[in-house]
Amino acid sequence: MTSLPKQTDRKLGLVIDLDTCVGCHACVISCKGWNTENYGAALSDTDPYGAEPSGTFLNRVHSYEVQPASGAAQLVHFPKSCLHCDNAPCVTVCPTGASYKRVEDGIVLVNESDCIGCGLCAWACPYGARELDALEGVMKKCTLCVDRIYNENLPEEDREPACVRTCPAGARHFGDFADPDSNVSRLNRDRGGIDLMPEQGTKPVNKYLPPRRKDQTAEIDVLAPFLEPVAEDAKGFMAWLDKTLEKF
Amino acid sequence: MHPAPSVIIFTTLSGLGFGLLTFLGLGMPGVTGWTAFAFFTIAYLLAVGGLAASTFHLGHPERAFKAFTQWRTSWLSREAWASAGALLVMAIYGFLLVFHDTRLAPLGWLGAALSLLTVFTTSMIYTQLRTVPRWNTPITPVKFLALSIAGGALLSGEVSIAIVAIAAAGLVVVASWIVGDTRFAEAGSDLSTATGLGRFGTVRAFEPPHTGTNYLLREFVYVVGRKHSAKLRLIALLLMVALPVIALALPFNHIFAAVAVLSHLVGVFVARWLFFAEAEHVVGLYYGKR
Ligand code: SF4
Ligand code: SF4
Repeated sequence: MTSLPKQTDRKLGLVIDLDTCVGCHACVISCKGWNTENYGAALSDTDPYGAEPSGTFLNRVHSYEVQPASGAAQLVHFPKSCLHCDNAPCVTVCPTGASYKRVEDGIVLVNESDCIGCGLCAWACPYGARELDALEGVMKKCTLCVDRIYNENLPEEDREPACVRTCPAGARHFGDFADPDSNVSRLNRDRGGIDLMPEQGTKPVNKYLPPRRKDQTAEIDVLAPFLEPVAEDAKGFMAWLDKTLEKF
Repeated sequence: MHPAPSVIIFTTLSGLGFGLLTFLGLGMPGVTGWTAFAFFTIAYLLAVGGLAASTFHLGHPERAFKAFTQWRTSWLSREAWASAGALLVMAIYGFLLVFHDTRLAPLGWLGAALSLLTVFTTSMIYTQLRTVPRWNTPITPVKFLALSIAGGALLSGEVSIAIVAIAAAGLVVVASWIVGDTRFAEAGSDLSTATGLGRFGTVRAFEPPHTGTNYLLREFVYVVGRKHSAKLRLIALLLMVALPVIALALPFNHIFAAVAVLSHLVGVFVARWLFFAEAEHVVGLYYGKR
């Protein structure tokens, strides 16, 4: 059903720490690996070894440069995947009911056997989180690794999304936003998590933690005064000391 | 937005077809028998041809019937119902006209209303998208309806209505361009809100996620076509409005009528191409493009 649930029992989602992300793209690769080898249609590549390679990805890492009013610019790596919006426009536009938001945990999914590949849901998503697979003709999107997080065949520590499990920097966190004491709720509160494009009214569940301010260059000079030569033209004992030390 | 030929052909032809069906339903022209058959054939070829073209851009056309299920929330699903209803009602109405010389007026009115409803539902598929600010305004449905009525009047041979309707549609189209040109800025999305990083300074796209292109860029970012938009707007207006109105105002002649129809059709194609090519999706912001 493409009507959105009024409320979901849990609100599973990600917190992505823009301060910690090093832009290594490991999450992109592990996401593609898990999701192409497991549930649903594979994520195809066209012309993978040719001149114009292109492929379906559910998670992509952008890089932005932020230039403050004064001081050095800051580079921010920016992973982007489905934000599992509470007010998901991609769900309500779907004519077939293939797109839906789960009442139990708020995950937004596509039932691939119902999808006609009209692409309208990708048009409705402001974040570019949905991609129509070029070979399969069905809509692909992040499932929050629904086939890992509840999978009792996996060891406990692997029951989280592949991107979170793989991130070497620990920049991705998975949890339940409906629980105010969960890891993600606390991180979001403490670090002032951001909504992407709030003016679009999608009420995204995933939050982004803003990068911390870079050290100001002025502070680097704190020790500088102590490094300056104390006396230019030393006399007497100091001159002798200076000369003697210079020899070594 | 990428101006996909299948979608441009669909919206142009089916808009004209349902416009003609609207006039036929209202008894304009009041034809019966084989003349009615000719009119209905043209209307159905346009309307159904357009719908058929639209299935070409589906990944799985064989499941298209599933699109009837979600009419509660989806305008695309509502369009499926409205078009099926209009085509069915007008088929019965047309059958009685052609083979029984009978005009069931209320059935025609219902068919006309459903035909206009179909055009409205089509326009709402675009209008509802907040992600494409240029479309996300009430003038979009007005434009679709105005063009459909103008084309219907023209095809049904109602010359005096057609002149007024085409001129009115021209005004609406110009208004939609003026309104549309500022919509993206009004909607308030930029790279700063898209990344949430605006509070720290000026944000610039530094590196895209991949060296190559992808589905999102192919589908939503179409920069090339906008270079010539001023010229194309002028061409659209000349072909869609000016030439047909002049041809219709001249003393009636089959050649002039044919010129009016063909010129209008090509003009609407150009305007529809611009409708897609000029529309900017907010996702382009993430790529530093619009
Ligand atoms: S991020 Fe896009 S695809 Fe995911 S729920 Fe929100 S609107 Fe839908
Ligand atoms: S592409 Fe599939 S999931 Fe998306 S709106 Fe169309 S039918 Fe629904």
